[in-house]
Amino acid sequence: MAKISNIFEPRIVCFFCKWCTSAGADLAGTSRMQYLPNGIPICVMCSSRVDPEHVLWAFKRGADGVFIGGCHPGDCHYQSGNYKTRRRVFLLKQVLKDFGIEPERLRLEWISASEGKRFTQVMDEFIEEVRSLGKLKV
Amino acid sequence: MKRIGVFVCWCGSNIAETVDVKKVVEVIKKYPGVAHAEDYIFVCSNPGQKLVQETIKEKRLDSLVIACCSPTLHETTFRDLSRLTGLNPYQCEIANIREQCSWVHKDNKEEATRKAIKIIRTIVEKANQNESLEPISTPVTRQALVIGGGIAGIQASLDIANAGYEVLLVERNPSIGGHMIQLSETFPTLDCSQCILTPKMVEVSRHPKIRVLAYSEVQEISGYVGNFNVKILKKPRYVIEDKCNLCGKCVDVCPVAAPSEFDNNLAARKAIYLPFPQAIPATYTIDIEHCPGFLPIACGKCADVCEPQAIDFDMRPEIIEEKVGAIVVATGYDLYSPKNIGEYGNGKYEDVMDGMQFERLLSATGPTGGEVRRLSDNKVPKRVVFVSCVGSRDTEHHLPYCSKICCMYMAKHAMLYKHKVPDGEAIVFYIDTRAGGKGYEEFVTRTQEEDKVIYIRGKASKIFKNGNGKLIVWGADTLLGKQVEVECDMVVLSMAMVPSNGAKDLISKLKIPSDAYGFVNEAHPKLRPVESISAGFYLAGCTQAPKDIPETVAQASGAASKVTDLFAEEELKHEPIVAAVDEDLCSGCGICVPLCPYDARELEIKDEKRIAKVNEILCEGCGSCISACPSAAVQQRNFKDNQIFKMVDAILS
Ligand SMILES: Cc1cc2nc3c(=O)[nH]c(=O)nc-3n(C[C@H](O)[C@H](O)[C@H](O)COP(=O)(O)OP(=O)(O)OC[C@H]3O[C@@H](n4cnc5c(N)ncnc54)[C@H](O)[C@@H]3O)c2cc1C
Ligand code: SF4
Ligand code: SF4
Ligand code: FES
Repeated sequence: MAKISNIFEPRIVCFFCKWCTSAGADLAGTSRMQYLPNGIPICVMCSSRVDPEHVLWAFKRGADGVFIGGCHPGDCHYQSGNYKTRRRVFLLKQVLKDFGIEPERLRLEWISASEGKRFTQVMDEFIEEVRSLGKLKV
Repeated sequence: MKRIGVFVCWCGSNIAETVDVKKVVEVIKKYPGVAHAEDYIFVCSNPGQKLVQETIKEKRLDSLVIACCSPTLHETTFRDLSRLTGLNPYQCEIANIREQCSWVHKDNKEEATRKAIKIIRTIVEKANQNESLEPISTPVTRQALVIGGGIAGIQASLDIANAGYEVLLVERNPSIGGHMIQLSETFPTLDCSQCILTPKMVEVSRHPKIRVLAYSEVQEISGYVGNFNVKILKKPRYVIEDKCNLCGKCVDVCPVAAPSEFDNNLAARKAIYLPFPQAIPATYTIDIEHCPGFLPIACGKCADVCEPQAIDFDMRPEIIEEKVGAIVVATGYDLYSPKNIGEYGNGKYEDVMDGMQFERLLSATGPTGGEVRRLSDNKVPKRVVFVSCVGSRDTEHHLPYCSKICCMYMAKHAMLYKHKVPDGEAIVFYIDTRAGGKGYEEFVTRTQEEDKVIYIRGKASKIFKNGNGKLIVWGADTLLGKQVEVECDMVVLSMAMVPSNGAKDLISKLKIPSDAYGFVNEAHPKLRPVESISAGFYLAGCTQAPKDIPETVAQASGAASKVTDLFAEEELKHEPIVAAVDEDLCSGCGICVPLCPYDARELEIKDEKRIAKVNEILCEGCGSCISACPSAAVQQRNFKDNQIFKMVDAILS
């Protein structure tokens, strides 16, 4: 993707669980699939380690988008972590609204270790979505 | 502030071609906490590792960040290196700038370089607050669970048991044996499959260290490497194993016929049945789906004739709970159904069969006693067409992978057919012949040269019946560049191999990764082919990918030796990145307790105050409870909130 200078480049913090989404991202790498570089990964053991505080912190510090990637329902390496994540993200989106932050700036996706292709598609799609929302103003 | 050393690997050109490693070093050098930064062509190589070691000493580093490939590849390498150099291994972190950066942004060097810098900064921040940790020791239960009683599970069980450890072999069918017991003769040596397998089955049944739980399935699993708790559902056979003396009188009186699984539906069995004469455990089973039922007893003829009174209509499903230290997954394969292939008649022609059915026709214990005869009219077919790659290697409509063994069994089928029907004609449609293996190419050549099997290079495009009821195969001969039409009496389809029916369900219970088709993933495709990345799980046989018997046996023995390695340890080391409670902050609210999937959290009264504890042996370090604690009283070691906040800052500042 050639960079056009006046295009808005969103800053995106990505939390990946180690067992599924990060492994899916690795697979995209070994398969040399290309995607947009705006998301910077932070790998945690499980998506359930992501605290709403971490997400709010990221927005406070100027992130335009926050991505959380976990295992598909039923596949969490720790049995049920991703269900907790789903619940927390649902509530957090309400909180974001109260703060005047578009809830679409926070995205939770299930991406398995075998979904390299889907990983790149979701990344590109989310980055484009945040791009269209523009810079975060609060 | 720590003294962190950052090593940026070029990975030859894999990283350096896209990421400007010099620039990265220049920028990272100035980052707070970084005492040293440099780039090197292959940090994981011997000289690379030596360089790291020397620098640790020379620059008095107390923490390391290696920016290289995915941590799944070299985290252990560099943590071991740290330990050898006197640095606590948990002070070493990997920044993944290859799989998640250089390889995926090849056309944008500037952005890739910026991203690499940010990734490294986050890891430097993490390293900066990492504590030195020691692995947590746990005891090992020295009993293995083997799931699946095909040749893979049989071999793994025997090897583990022969090393002196207890084995629990769980097979969901009434007998062990898997697909190998159904085969006629085996390529490339043509040994009789049953003749080589049954002695092993008997050995399993007699082995004092092996318990066979057939007609059983794993229902639930919890725990972790060395200490799994499993619940196994033993389905009722309605026949008491120890009482049944195999007289077979019940079969004579049973009025209900059902398709025989052993003969792949080519023949019938009764509702009470022995799957095949050499079945292990050697006992009959009542198939409740076909039996008219006994609530109340609708027929009961079998019970009337059973002298030892082995029939027990009151038998109930039983749940067996066991502790095991390691689990071998050996659930094998099934064949993709011909019903999926519209152009070959969706399985509606009787004389178009799959490879396993043809094995049963060839087998001396099969429905025709080993004679090749048509199902439709019992006649000996004079021209048989064998079609390769059915469902395999078809990205558009079916499965993209190669099932690996079909070329070989197809050659075997054609050869054995010619041995049985010397005046018959065998025609093989193939895309190309894959015969890698000792004696394999020679075997295929023999099929063609000595047994005069005709090989036509091309895919069969359609199979149908013409007006006279004759089977017609249309295909292309790509060598001659023309269309061919073959009239024949029988067609054998080499169906793709797929993970065994229900594998998906089991895999999700075990929580081990699998590929897009449901084959269980190995921890590393080259270097750790018999283990799962989930500790304590091992793989053997076709559960991992299609393979033949010699490969299956080799992998099973490999998996078994990994299990015995594990059992030979005094105690196991458990990752110490567990939850830790700050007792001063804990309010005793108890929110964390029900959240833990491993029951590692509990409330305790200490100095008249309620506080939550962490059982470090049970804690797997998911972090669920930490994100839920309203008082921030619990933190995950080396994934503390403060670390994560700083990592976020490193991205955004
Ligand atoms: C037509 C045909 C011909 C072949 N001919 C040859 C040949 O000539 N030479 C050769 O080397 N190879 C041959 N093969 C390949 C051979 O069949 C396999 O390599 C071998 O059987 C693999 O053994 P396995 O134990 O991995 O799997 P399987 O034989 O499939 O055994 C798996 C076992 O696990 C059980 N199971 C499945 N799921 C569960 C569960 N959830 N819980 C408990 N138990 C479960 C199954 O019931 C089964 O008993 C042939 C294959 C086919 C299809
Ligand atoms: S450490 Fe990783 S990136 Fe560096 S040379 Fe080795 S494999 Fe390649
Ligand atoms: S981190 Fe918390 S929830 Fe997760 S396993 Fe440990 S104690 Fe249980
Ligand atoms: S481990 Fe992936 S979501 Fe829990």
